Amino acid sequence: MNFDLTQDQMMIKNMVRDFAEAEILPEAEHVDKTGEFPLDTFKKMGELGFLGLPISEEYGGAGGDTISYALAVEEVGRASGSHGLSYAAAVSLGCSPFYYFGTEEQKQQWLKPLAEGKILGAFGLTESNAGSDAGGTQTTAVLDGNEWVINGSKCFITNVTYAGVCVVTAVTDKSKGTKGITSFIIPTDTPGFRTATPYDKLGLKGSNTAEIIMEDVRVPKENILGSLDNGFKQFMITLDGGRISIGALSVGIAQAAYEAALKYSQERMQFGQSISKFQAIQFKLADMAMNIELARTAVHKAAWLKDQGRPFTKEGAIAKLFASEICMRACDQAVQIHGGYGYMKEYPVERFFRDAKLMEIGEGTSEIQRIVIARQIGC
Amino acid sequence: MNIFVALKQTFDTEEKIVVENGAVKEDGVRFVLNPYDEYAVEEAIKLRDEFGGQVTVVTIGPDRAQEALRTALAMGADDAVHISDESLFGDEFTVSNVLASYFKGKEFDIILTGNQAVDSGSGQTAVRLAELLNIAHISTITKLEISGTDVVAHRDAEGDLEVVGAKLPVLVTCQQGLNDPRYPSLIGIRKANKKPLDTPAAGDLGVDGASIGAKATVQETFLPAAKAAGRILDGDNAGRVQELVNLLQNEAKVL
Ligand SMILES: Cc1cc2nc3c(=O)[nH]c(=O)nc-3n(C[C@H](O)[C@H](O)[C@H](O)COP(=O)(O)OP(=O)(O)OC[C@H]3O[C@@H](n4cnc5c(N)ncnc54)[C@H](O)[C@@H]3O)c2cc1C
Repeated sequence: MNFDLTQDQMMIKNMVRDFAEAEILPEAEHVDKTGEFPLDTFKKMGELGFLGLPISEEYGGAGGDTISYALAVEEVGRASGSHGLSYAAAVSLGCSPFYYFGTEEQKQQWLKPLAEGKILGAFGLTESNAGSDAGGTQTTAVLDGNEWVINGSKCFITNVTYAGVCVVTAVTDKSKGTKGITSFIIPTDTPGFRTATPYDKLGLKGSNTAEIIMEDVRVPKENILGSLDNGFKQFMITLDGGRISIGALSVGIAQAAYEAALKYSQERMQFGQSISKFQAIQFKLADMAMNIELARTAVHKAAWLKDQGRPFTKEGAIAKLFASEICMRACDQAVQIHGGYGYMKEYPVERFFRDAKLMEIGEGTSEIQRIVIARQIGC
Repeated sequence: MNIFVALKQTFDTEEKIVVENGAVKEDGVRFVLNPYDEYAVEEAIKLRDEFGGQVTVVTIGPDRAQEALRTALAMGADDAVHISDESLFGDEFTVSNVLASYFKGKEFDIILTGNQAVDSGSGQTAVRLAELLNIAHISTITKLEISGTDVVAHRDAEGDLEVVGAKLPVLVTCQQGLNDPRYPSLIGIRKANKKPLDTPAAGDLGVDGASIGAKATVQETFLPAAKAAGRILDGDNAGRVQELVNLLQNEAKVL
């Protein structure tokens, strides 16, 4: 067993950290305040290979492993949760479905520009009546000659306002239940496909989230991702991988909260000494350090299993669940350590606290992660 | 154009420095490509993109120093040379002599380096190298123009600007303001780590470490004394001014 990062992993982590500190951190507060999507930064990230980091070189990626990708998401998330979520979604939900399930032609046409950062991708699964129960999709696709006609809507879709392409699940055969769901590739400029005004959210305000409305959207027959009636299986696999990235993002946000709290505790004087001298504060910081260490290790282990081509459903769910919950707790305690100042926008922990909550909801809620783990351990 | 960059891996100056047993502790510390050398690598890549040719980066240092070379490769350098033979480690005198023996017999048009290394901060190695190679050097440059064999560089002369001309081959040392170093791309990092490095030993360079041993020795390594808290003087203004002058004269002894 070896816990050292490889040279590739180390250099990627360092490069992403340098980039994130210089290019992302300075605009983190701004995107949170204004809700502006940092499109220019994503263009730069695209040029530097961020958006195709775990995709092989033949499809325009950097050919990095999942561990490198997790390190990158953590570092981006440490600088800004908004950028982190949009980055994780662009790769895990934008690129991955094409990478795992696309035909060669689909990979050339869509994965390449996605991995090279020329366009952003989005993944439309959730609907107003189908969230945790994503198999309950109500969007339909009907074959009409050589075209599929898609009708329905999707909610809470990350990056979609700025996406060039969106993969959407729809019912193709209602009689087959979840085995009658198919994924479709929809260029976002297709007539009938539109997005509503982005949502106003609690946190992660710089990450774009919007509703999709599809009215008689016509796509050619060959725009089925992979093969017919495989949509359910495909998104289960996609979400398995996505959990690693949400775990990594949680570690990044928790790390930022911990660093801010540690620094503040050493500077804040009360009762004639820095508050870091109080054991009550030290214990909070010790818990944060411990939890972050464990969460990061769990994320890396799940990523490692994925890189080895081994099953990682359980470990991915464990990593995501643990990391997201300790992230929320770390941000809560970071605000606590800051006292009243922590409640003010002047200090970044207020933002971390709002950003953290999504970690326990997106890509499967904590409850759903527990269901996944329970199933895996044979309950 | 044959373009060379001599670079160094240094301690990340943003790291907390811990001195243990008379030496800076290296455990768990991040090492980086010397920030001034980043300007040199960037400028070298720009020259290559303008004039064609090759960028070769060279370093002398322990195993870990290859990371700095690979960073330069990931930025866009073509080849890297790692002199890791411990018998050739030493001070500025040693290193400039080892580099000189590396360059002797090589065709080069320009050698770029950082203005100084942020760890030792001596700023000597490069100009010594130019002297040993018997070529012109221009130090601390903030602008570089080459046409034909004519070189014109702006140098940062203690806040003033000096415009200096020279002929190729030349050695220049790079200062902040020269350019904006690019980030190594993630694809570049992956490619750089697969690239074999040229690793000549003392024998290959025709140099004997014993004859160029360090001329300087480090007597002691210590951190600056912790800054004492400031003092606020009481009383009326006239009294405080008197007290201040008294303290500056007799306690701080700066007047
Ligand atoms: C910022 C943001 C970005 C998002 N990005 C995307 C995206 O890009 N693409 C996409 O498709 N979706 C996206 N989503 C949707 C997200 O995946 C869903 O919100 C999430 O899966 C939960 O679904 P829901 O909101 O419908 O909640 P519900 O499923 O209605 O859940 C409500 C509550 O009930 C609990 N619950 C539900 N079922 C069970 C059960 N069987 N047992 C116990 N408890 C249960 C849940 O855990 C939760 O606490 C995003 C959401 C947000 C907020």
